[in-house]
Amino acid sequence: MRHILSLLVENEAGALSRIAGLFSARGFNIGSLTVAPTEDPTVSRMTIVTSGSNAIIEQVTKHLNKLVDVIKVVDLNETDYVERELMLVKVKAADESREELIRLNDLFRGRIIDITDDVYTIEITGDGDEVEAFLQALKSKTILETVRTGVSGITRGDKAVMN
Amino acid sequence: MSDSKPVLRGAEIFVRALKDEGVKHLFGYPGGAVLHIYDELYKQTEVEHILVRHEQGAAHAADGYARATGRPGVVLVTSGPGITNAITGIATAYMDSIPLVVFSGQVPTSVIGNDAFQEVDAIGISRPCVKHNFLVSDVKDLAATMKKAFYVANSGRPGPVVVDIPKDVTANSCAYEYPESIEMRSYRPTVKGHPGQIKRAVKLVLSAKKPMIYTGGGVILSEANEELTEFTRLLGYPITNTLMGLGGYPATDKQFIGMLGMHGTYEANMAMHQCDVLIAIGARFDDRVTGDLEKFCPYAKIIHIDVDPSSIAKNVPVAVPIVGDVKHVLQDLNANLKNALSNGKAGPDQAALKAWWRQVREWQAADCLRFDRESALIKPQLVVEKLYELTNGEAYVASDVGQHQMWAAQFYKFDKPRRWLNSGGLGTMGFGLPAAMGAKIAYPSATVACITGEASLVMCIQELSTCLQYQTPIKIINLNNRYMGMVRQWQEFFYEKRYSHSYMDALPDFVKLAESFGHLGMRIDKANDVEGALKEALALKDRLVLMDFITDQTENVYPMIAAGKGHHEMHLTPATAAGSMERELA
Repeated sequence: MRHILSLLVENEAGALSRIAGLFSARGFNIGSLTVAPTEDPTVSRMTIVTSGSNAIIEQVTKHLNKLVDVIKVVDLNETDYVERELMLVKVKAADESREELIRLNDLFRGRIIDITDDVYTIEITGDGDEVEAFLQALKSKTILETVRTGVSGITRGDKAVMN
Repeated sequence: MSDSKPVLRGAEIFVRALKDEGVKHLFGYPGGAVLHIYDELYKQTEVEHILVRHEQGAAHAADGYARATGRPGVVLVTSGPGITNAITGIATAYMDSIPLVVFSGQVPTSVIGNDAFQEVDAIGISRPCVKHNFLVSDVKDLAATMKKAFYVANSGRPGPVVVDIPKDVTANSCAYEYPESIEMRSYRPTVKGHPGQIKRAVKLVLSAKKPMIYTGGGVILSEANEELTEFTRLLGYPITNTLMGLGGYPATDKQFIGMLGMHGTYEANMAMHQCDVLIAIGARFDDRVTGDLEKFCPYAKIIHIDVDPSSIAKNVPVAVPIVGDVKHVLQDLNANLKNALSNGKAGPDQAALKAWWRQVREWQAADCLRFDRESALIKPQLVVEKLYELTNGEAYVASDVGQHQMWAAQFYKFDKPRRWLNSGGLGTMGFGLPAAMGAKIAYPSATVACITGEASLVMCIQELSTCLQYQTPIKIINLNNRYMGMVRQWQEFFYEKRYSHSYMDALPDFVKLAESFGHLGMRIDKANDVEGALKEALALKDRLVLMDFITDQTENVYPMIAAGKGHHEMHLTPATAAGSMERELA
């Protein structure tokens, strides 16, 4: 099962390689990983999408917690949460498909952020399913390239991973 | 001003911090990146530097020192090959949770990443085999980082910590202050067990009809042997130790039923298989212990006490997990247990326990560790047994890896913790000699033996020089069967006796070899001479003696559970083993 883990880590050189190294050394799955500093410059926030049985996810979180640079690990699946991912898609926009691309873009609440004579670049934000669905919708079109940020997640309500 | 802090160079800070940390011995080898530090070491006598002959030897010696004393072993190596040579020793300590602090020199910060002379990414290379590592990029961080390194290495589940120090950091200056203590928001090991879990554990422990206590290296690391002994005697249950846990409970006690696992005793493994409640304490359910997980303890509810939550439920499901330091948890368990026993309302089911012990004693009657005591050829087991008798079980015994390691574990009965020094997890050949040296440096007046084989011994043989220089008269018991014995044993059982590259051809003359290093060598090839030779060697208190025992080449380690088998599928003797193991493979 897919799990989204939210981590607070010391903003120190090498913290990312420790976490990435843990996943490869122990054979854990890694779907996506995002990391950036938080409002506290000594702390980075990381969102990792992983998958596995409950026993494996338990091991993943325990091993992450064991890393000395990791301050906190929260499995967002255990709470109510929202997730978002941003994707940029560069797609052929030949005359006959422009109308449909614009329609799809509106339907998925995307933004066309770059236009050339025959190429549109579309920005889509949503949860993992929505982003996937948009790609599915573009199946008949010619996608030149896509780039995804990976998932960021946050708990709903007044609870915060920070506290 | 009295409160002004002295301004010191990094190298001075390094040595001052070692002193303030209470470090007495440092195992190391100099080189370009650490020359400033070596210059400071030269100017003082408080920290004794032991010059090894290979950086792997430094790490193993510090490891042996740490295992014997409980204090972190400290290593100093240079950049590049200095740290890469130490990696095997660091990985050895990591697998067995041994506290080491390894300082490596690094090229100056200005050239890091430029492929400078003797540059290697020490942090990257060591990362998968350390508990944590630090790169000190500013001299202002040096003292606090050293404090953190010692704290992390020796708290929680212990382990090695590498501190990489660029050369310019040791040249630059800043005000020196060594922190008294350290707080790390991201590192707070759990010490006390959860009281609710402890109550649940007591209930389950007392409900057992066929109980079994299984303990590992965590008992030794946590200095919990007295608490464990109290716990075990309060209950009257049988107890087994893992290879790493030997000495955690007195081996000569009647409740002790031997080591378990691949070469454990028949009674220990059968009791594991049949037990209904398993109390696992500071042990990690290693594959050499469990055998086939599908067949592991099929009838047991498991209580698991460990300081490392990731060890719990890693390999087997657990009914009552307790995260905490083994010593603290056992203290709480004992208090709860005594309370329960004293009001007379609860207690072990004595009738069931009696029947269970009857069964265990029946298994013991199989006498699974028997060997031919009449043999004219030297049986390796006999040598270990004689060493045990002649040292009254009081020696510190280091071993290398292979058949001799198993015989040492089976036949030297450890009544006390920290006497048995062996590479259990990584299985590092070459560990024994430097580890014994480290223990002898810690305890100069103690008897320290290294039980080894001719294949392992030569892997770190260069440390014989170090032993001479620092007068560490250890006794080396070389069980020389002219084979990599354990490899040969597997080839005999599982590869139709195709002894591929397991024969040690062109061996050195070990007597001359010892002599050339300034030590004493003995060659013993008759069973009748074993005891006399050991007596003679042990009496030579101030000489290192290398005893080359020419042993029976065909001797194998029994009992044995083949890889992928269950505890109840042991082979006790060559007769049952040879045929059936080959069949199993096919």
